[in-house]
Amino acid sequence: MTLFDIPTAALLGQLMLGLINGAFYALLSLGLAIIFGLLKVINFAHGAQYMLGAFVALLLSRHFGIDYWAALILVPVLVGLSGCLLERFLLRPIANQNHLYSLLLTFGLALIMQNLFTNLYGSSGNAYPTPEVFRGAVNLGFMHLPLYRAWVIVAALAVCLAAWFVIEKTRLGAYLRAGTENPQLMQGFGINIPFLITLTYGFGAALAAFAGVLAAPLYSVSPTMGANLLIVVFAVVVIGGMGSIVGAVVTGLAMGLIEGLTKVIYPQAATTVIFAVMVMVLLLKPNGLFGKGA
Amino acid sequence: MTTSTLYPDTLQASRQRRQLQLGLALLAIALVAPFVAYPIFLMKILCFALFACAFNLLLGYVGLLSFGHAAFLGTGGYITGFLLTRYSGLTPELGILGGTAAATLLGLLFGLLAIRRQGIYFAMITLALAQMTFFIYLQAPFTGGENGMHGVPRGKLLGLIDLKNDLAMYYFVLAICLSGYLLIRRTVNSPFGQVLYAIRENEPRAISLGYNVAAYKLLAFVISAGIAGLAGATKTVVFQFASLTDAHWHMSGEVILMTLLGGVGTLLGPVVGSSLVVWLHHVLGGSVLGSWMGTILGTIFVLCVLLFRDGLVGYVQKFVRRNLR
Repeated sequence: MTLFDIPTAALLGQLMLGLINGAFYALLSLGLAIIFGLLKVINFAHGAQYMLGAFVALLLSRHFGIDYWAALILVPVLVGLSGCLLERFLLRPIANQNHLYSLLLTFGLALIMQNLFTNLYGSSGNAYPTPEVFRGAVNLGFMHLPLYRAWVIVAALAVCLAAWFVIEKTRLGAYLRAGTENPQLMQGFGINIPFLITLTYGFGAALAAFAGVLAAPLYSVSPTMGANLLIVVFAVVVIGGMGSIVGAVVTGLAMGLIEGLTKVIYPQAATTVIFAVMVMVLLLKPNGLFGKGA
Repeated sequence: MTTSTLYPDTLQASRQRRQLQLGLALLAIALVAPFVAYPIFLMKILCFALFACAFNLLLGYVGLLSFGHAAFLGTGGYITGFLLTRYSGLTPELGILGGTAAATLLGLLFGLLAIRRQGIYFAMITLALAQMTFFIYLQAPFTGGENGMHGVPRGKLLGLIDLKNDLAMYYFVLAICLSGYLLIRRTVNSPFGQVLYAIRENEPRAISLGYNVAAYKLLAFVISAGIAGLAGATKTVVFQFASLTDAHWHMSGEVILMTLLGGVGTLLGPVVGSSLVVWLHHVLGGSVLGSWMGTILGTIFVLCVLLFRDGLVGYVQKFVRRNLR
């Protein structure tokens, strides 16, 4: 069976890979959007925090024998705490300056982290073992889907859904949304906005670290794994706009699928197709597909 | 990001005199420098200084942070390298002109897209567009991919002066960079530059005064891209090769650091900042600390942002204004 002269199995296989990449785009752009909403800061360290998540999981398993499941909880907490400290002691002092300075600060931190890990652990990739339960594959009839890949999609979507629930349906989320709209007024109502900001940044960093742990068994753990990914995620954010959580998730998954499709049809363009989509969106709908204004 | 102060006429005159003296002193230093220091090293500083000045025209005078200026440096370098390698009859100045024109054109395309969004989005869009350019250069056959483009001939300037002589090359590069610098200076101090100031300080107000803000931003972006391309083109002729390093996002980050360290929105800041960064690479490159360059540059970045936002030249200017009225 073929479609456009392409074997269906190959097509579906690439689409599945694309969906997995898309799940990572969705998780990372979600974190960026949450941080941006309250802090008005684009977190350039997001890619580094993703890398940090994967590395901490690797080191915990190497030196302390902590397994995948514990790492999935522990690593986001650790990286999230480091994010809280970073916000409190580095970002807060320049919060009243032009927001471009915060962007540059996080960029500098990303450079430091990436270089530090390159020097300590080399620039080549390190393998992280796939957890026991997910070894093997399931036959879907048209393709063999490795179990771990299926888990990544489920877990990423579950976390996105949980984040949506927390932000839209809980009291803490209501504070967050109100703080995004008008922080001064919320402060006047007795909400501790500075603390909420610290928490939000930590939560965003924790999301990136969670994505990193998920990615560890899938891709090799290397110091540069986050940097190139982050630039693609930026393009995804520009395409989707940072208006809504659903928008971030849908755009992330869609871009993953488009990338997968391109790999089948015209592999040379696979690295550039998302940027090309960004160009088209900028021409047709400059505020992004789900954006609410510049 | 610094505010300009209007001076009464007498102060203005004394300020202009001081500037002229400083300029002449710096020119004298630049003219004797190749007899004291290694000309290739000096040319590297000059090329990066021009690159940083071009970048600063946008960040310092329009308030736009481009995170994709490496694309213009790389394009200038690659196109010039391609022209000079392919057409052996071409003189270096024509090759450089071709590279600059290509970068200017790319700047027009980037600019048309990027000025549709502001602030942080502008930075993300320029970064993404530059990354796309990087991938194209990685795959395009003429660039030599990861190996880079080697053996670009220096040729004879105007068909007369052999540029294989480093000293001749140095004065040619000095002339190019000086012209680029003076063009930026002229742009900033022109009525056009005053409108750019207005846009930086209060964009809605500039719009309500009737200025076509988008057109002003676009023109500034194109000039900045063109001069960045000129720097890349010149650099390729000096080093006789072009590589992906110049088009990588690291380079876009480095030019921000150069500008920030020297002083955003000061004319000489980028020159000082780029000299320091190039010197740092030179000193540390061969030592044990070479592999720690990312950490060192990152730390300087963080310190500049936290404690040192005016940059070196910015602080000197403040000091001079306070004490030497």
